[in-house]
Amino acid sequence: MRRGLLWLGAVLVLAALEPNLRGLIGAYNYQILVLVGVNIILAVSLNLINGFTGQFSIGHAGFYAVGAYTSAALVFYAGPSVRVLISSLPTVAQDAVLLLMGLLGAALVAGLAGLAVGIPSLRLRGDYLAIVTLGFGEIIRVLILNIDAIGGARGFAGIPQLSNFFWVYLFVLITIATVHNLVSSSYGRAFVSIRDDEIAAEAMGVDTTRFKVMSFVISSMFAGIAGGLFGHFTMYLHPNSFTFVASFYVIIMIVIGGLGSIEGAVLGAVVFTVGLEVFRGFGAFRLINFSVLLVLIMIYRPEGLLGSWTLIKRRKQAGAT
Amino acid sequence: METFLQQLVNGISQGSAYALIALGYTMVYGVLKLINFAHSDVYMFGAFMGFYIANSSWFQATMGTSVLSGVVVLLGAMVLASMLGILIERFAYRPGRSPSPGTLAFWFGILGAGFGYLLGKTPGAVAAGVLAGIVVGVILEKWGVRPRAQSSSLKILIIAIGVSFFLENSGQQVFGADPKFFPQIIPTKVLNVAGLSLDSQKLTVLGVAIVLMVLLNVIVNYTKTGKAMRAVSFNLDAARLMGINTDRIIAFTFGLGSALAGAGGILVSLMYPKIDPLMGILPGLKAFVAAVLGGIGNITGAMFGGLIIGLAEVMAVGYGQSTYRDAIAFVILVLILLIKPTGIMGKGMVEKV
Amino acid sequence: MGILEIRDCTIRFGGLTAVKNLNMSLERGALYGLIGPNGAGKTTVFNLLTGVYRPNEGSIELDGKSIARLRPSRIAQLGMSRTFQNIRLFKSMTVLENVKLARHLTRTQGVFDAIVRTRRLREEEVKIEQDAMELLGIFKLDGRADELALNLPYGSQRRLEIARALATNPRVLLLDEPAAGMNTQESLELMRLIRSIRDRFGLTVLLVEHNMKVVMGVCERIQVIDYGETIALGSPKEIQDDPKVIEAYLGGA
Repeated sequence: MRRGLLWLGAVLVLAALEPNLRGLIGAYNYQILVLVGVNIILAVSLNLINGFTGQFSIGHAGFYAVGAYTSAALVFYAGPSVRVLISSLPTVAQDAVLLLMGLLGAALVAGLAGLAVGIPSLRLRGDYLAIVTLGFGEIIRVLILNIDAIGGARGFAGIPQLSNFFWVYLFVLITIATVHNLVSSSYGRAFVSIRDDEIAAEAMGVDTTRFKVMSFVISSMFAGIAGGLFGHFTMYLHPNSFTFVASFYVIIMIVIGGLGSIEGAVLGAVVFTVGLEVFRGFGAFRLINFSVLLVLIMIYRPEGLLGSWTLIKRRKQAGAT
Repeated sequence: METFLQQLVNGISQGSAYALIALGYTMVYGVLKLINFAHSDVYMFGAFMGFYIANSSWFQATMGTSVLSGVVVLLGAMVLASMLGILIERFAYRPGRSPSPGTLAFWFGILGAGFGYLLGKTPGAVAAGVLAGIVVGVILEKWGVRPRAQSSSLKILIIAIGVSFFLENSGQQVFGADPKFFPQIIPTKVLNVAGLSLDSQKLTVLGVAIVLMVLLNVIVNYTKTGKAMRAVSFNLDAARLMGINTDRIIAFTFGLGSALAGAGGILVSLMYPKIDPLMGILPGLKAFVAAVLGGIGNITGAMFGGLIIGLAEVMAVGYGQSTYRDAIAFVILVLILLIKPTGIMGKGMVEKV
Repeated sequence: MGILEIRDCTIRFGGLTAVKNLNMSLERGALYGLIGPNGAGKTTVFNLLTGVYRPNEGSIELDGKSIARLRPSRIAQLGMSRTFQNIRLFKSMTVLENVKLARHLTRTQGVFDAIVRTRRLREEEVKIEQDAMELLGIFKLDGRADELALNLPYGSQRRLEIARALATNPRVLLLDEPAAGMNTQESLELMRLIRSIRDRFGLTVLLVEHNMKVVMGVCERIQVIDYGETIALGSPKEIQDDPKVIEAYLGGA
C-alpha cells in the first residue's frame, strides 16, 4: 500500500513538472535533463550485467540502437492506424498509448537481440566476452545501416515526438526500482555470486549460464527502452549515434560512478552527461579531458567516485529484508 | 582469372598491412594479457609522422621521389611511433601494476598544455600550462597519491580505451580533424607481371611487410631479448623471478609492436593517401580481429590472421556486397570467438579448480 | 547400492592419466575418507564428482542417477555439495549473504516476484534469512553475520564454506581438505563438527584430507589412491596397517 502511494506520488510530481519545466529552466537545460535521464537508464541497465554480474559487455549501444529503431519503426508505420482505433481518446492519451506500444516493442526486440547475442557469447570469459560483444554491437549497426525502410545511411527522420521529461524520468524510476529489487532478491545474490566466483556459484547450484543470460537480456531490454525514449525525443536517428564509441561512453559512466552499484551508475551518468555539456565551450578538449580523467580515475581510484561507500550501504540493504 | 589474381594481390597487400598492426596487438597481449586499444592510434600517429616528415622543409629540399625517401620516412615514422608506444606503456599501463613515479606529472602536464592553449593560444601559454601541470603532479605525488595496487584486466582495458580516446581527440586538436593527403615519396610504376598489371605501390607494401615480419621473427626467436619476451608472455612472475627485467622487456615489446604499427601506417598511406586522426579505428579493429583469428598472443597467427582478413575483405567487395565490407571482419570475429576462441594457432587454457 | 557409485572412471589430461579405472561406493550415511600422497588425484576425483571435469570413461551415479555428464549446478541441485581446497567464498558478500546465496535452491520466487517485490518474495526472503542464520548458529558464525566473508580468520572461513555447502540441502557432502591450515585444537573441533552434522542432517560425507589424525578419527571407511588408482580400501585400522599404503606415503626402495 505504501509503495503504491509512493509511486502515485512520483507520477504526480513528474506530471506536474512536465508542462512547467521548460519555462522554469529553459529549453536547452530541459533537453540536457532528458538526455541525462536516458543515460541513467543506459548506465543502470549496463551496470546489471557488467557491475553486478561481472560480465564485461561492450555492446550496449547495439541494444540501444535496436530499441530505438524498433520503437521508431513501430510508431512510424503502425502508429497512424492505431491512432484511428483509439481516436476517441484525448491526444495526450493517444500519444501515451503509441509511446508505450513502441517501448514495448523496443524492449521485446532488444531483449530478443540480447538473447541471441548472450547465449553464444556468455560462454566466454573476460577479454574474449568484451570483444565478442563489441563485434556484435558493430554487426547490429552495420545491419541497420543497410535497411532502407528505417532510413539506413540517411538516417530515420520524421519520428513522432512522443517522449519527454515525464516519460523518460518515469522510466528512470522504473529502471532503478526494477534493478534494485532484482539485486536485493535471490536473483541478485546469484548474479553477484557469478561475479565473485563462477565456479563456487555453480557448485552451490547456480546455473551460471542461465543467470548470465537472464541478466544480459534484462539489461538489453532496458537499453532498448532507453533507445525508444531517445528516438521519440530527438525525432531523428542515425546509426552513427550507436557505434562502439557510444558503448564506451556508457562504460565510462558506470566506471566513473563506481562499478557494481546503482547509485554509482546514476552518478556516473549525471556527471558524464552534464560534464560533456558544461565543457561544450572547450570544444574537442572536453573529450581530451574526459579521457585523461578516465585514465587517472582508473589508475588512482578504480572503484570510481562512490567506491567502497556503496559497498557499506549495500550491506545494510542486503542484511535487512 | 586476371581479375581474380589481381584481387589476390590486393588482398595480400591489404592483409599484410593488417598483419603488421595485428602483430603489435598480439605481442602486447602476449606479455601483458592486455588488449591495447590505443594501438590503432599509434598506427595513425605513424602515418601522420610520416606525413610531417615528408612535408618538412628539410625533406622537401633534399629528398626527391626515390626509394631512399621512402626508407627515410618509414624509419622516421617507425622510430617516432615506437617512442609513443613506450610512453603510453610507461604512463598509462605500467601504473596499473607498479608505483610509477612521474605519472601524475605526465598527465597533469598534458592537461596543463590543453588549458594553456585554451587560455592563451600561444606556445608560451602552452609551455606555462605544461609547467604548471607538472608541478601539480609532482606535489600530488609528494603528498602520497599512489596508483592503486590491485590489478584487474578490466581496469587496464578501460585505461586502454581512455588512452585511445585521448589520442584520437588530441590528434583532432593537434593535427586538425580534416583529412590530409600523404605525398608521393616513392616512384610508382605499373608493372606487367605474368600478364597482370600490378602497381608497384602494392608490391612495395608487400615487400616491406615481408622484410619487417622476417626481422621480427629473427628478433623474437633468435635473440636474447626475444627469448626474454617469450618467457614473459609465458609467465610474467616466473620470468621476473628468473632475473628478467620485466618492465624493460614489456617496454621493448611495446616499442617493437608500435614500430610495426607505425610502419603499417606508412604502408597503408602509400596505398590510400588520405589520412585523418580517426583513420586508425576501423583498421585497428580489423587488425585486432586478425590477431584473435590467428590466436591472440601468437605471432605467426597474427600474420596469417591479417592475410585472411585482408583477402576476405577484398573478395567480399569484389564479388559480393560492398556495403557490408566493414561487417566482414566483425562476422569473422564473432564466428572465431564462438567456434574456437583461442584462434587458429592458439592452445586452450585450463583453469585450476 | 550406495548413494554414490563410481565405476571404472578414467580421466586423462593430454598425456597424463590423472585417474584410472576408479571404483568407489559410498553407503548412505557413511563418513568416507579419500587419501593418498600429493598429486594422487584426490581433487581430480572431487572435480569429476561435482561435474567440473567429465570422465573420459566410466560412470558416476548419485542415488542411481547418472551424473557424469551433468553440469555442476545440476549436480548440486540433485543433492551433492562441496567445499574447495583453496577456499572459494564470495568475496564481496558478507558471511550471511554467502549462506543466503546457497539457499537459492529452495526458492520459489520468480523473476516477476523479485522485480515487483510481491508478498511471496518478501516472505521468502525472511525465511531464507532465518534458515541462513540458523545454519550460521550451528557453526558459531552468527555473531559475524554482517562481516565481509573475506575478513574472517582462516579457520572461520573454512567453517563458513561448510555452512554454505550445507545450505543447499545436500544428501552428499564433499569436503576438500577441510582441516588444511588448522591447528590441533581446531582440527579436533572440526572432527566433532563433521560427525555432528552428519548425524543431524542425515548426510553422507566424503572427505579428502592430508591430516591423518582427522581422517583416522572421523572416517568410518577409507579409500587410498595413488597415481589415480586405488591401492587400499577399508577401516582406519586396516588402512594404517596396510603395507602398500605405508609404502605409497613413504616411498619405495
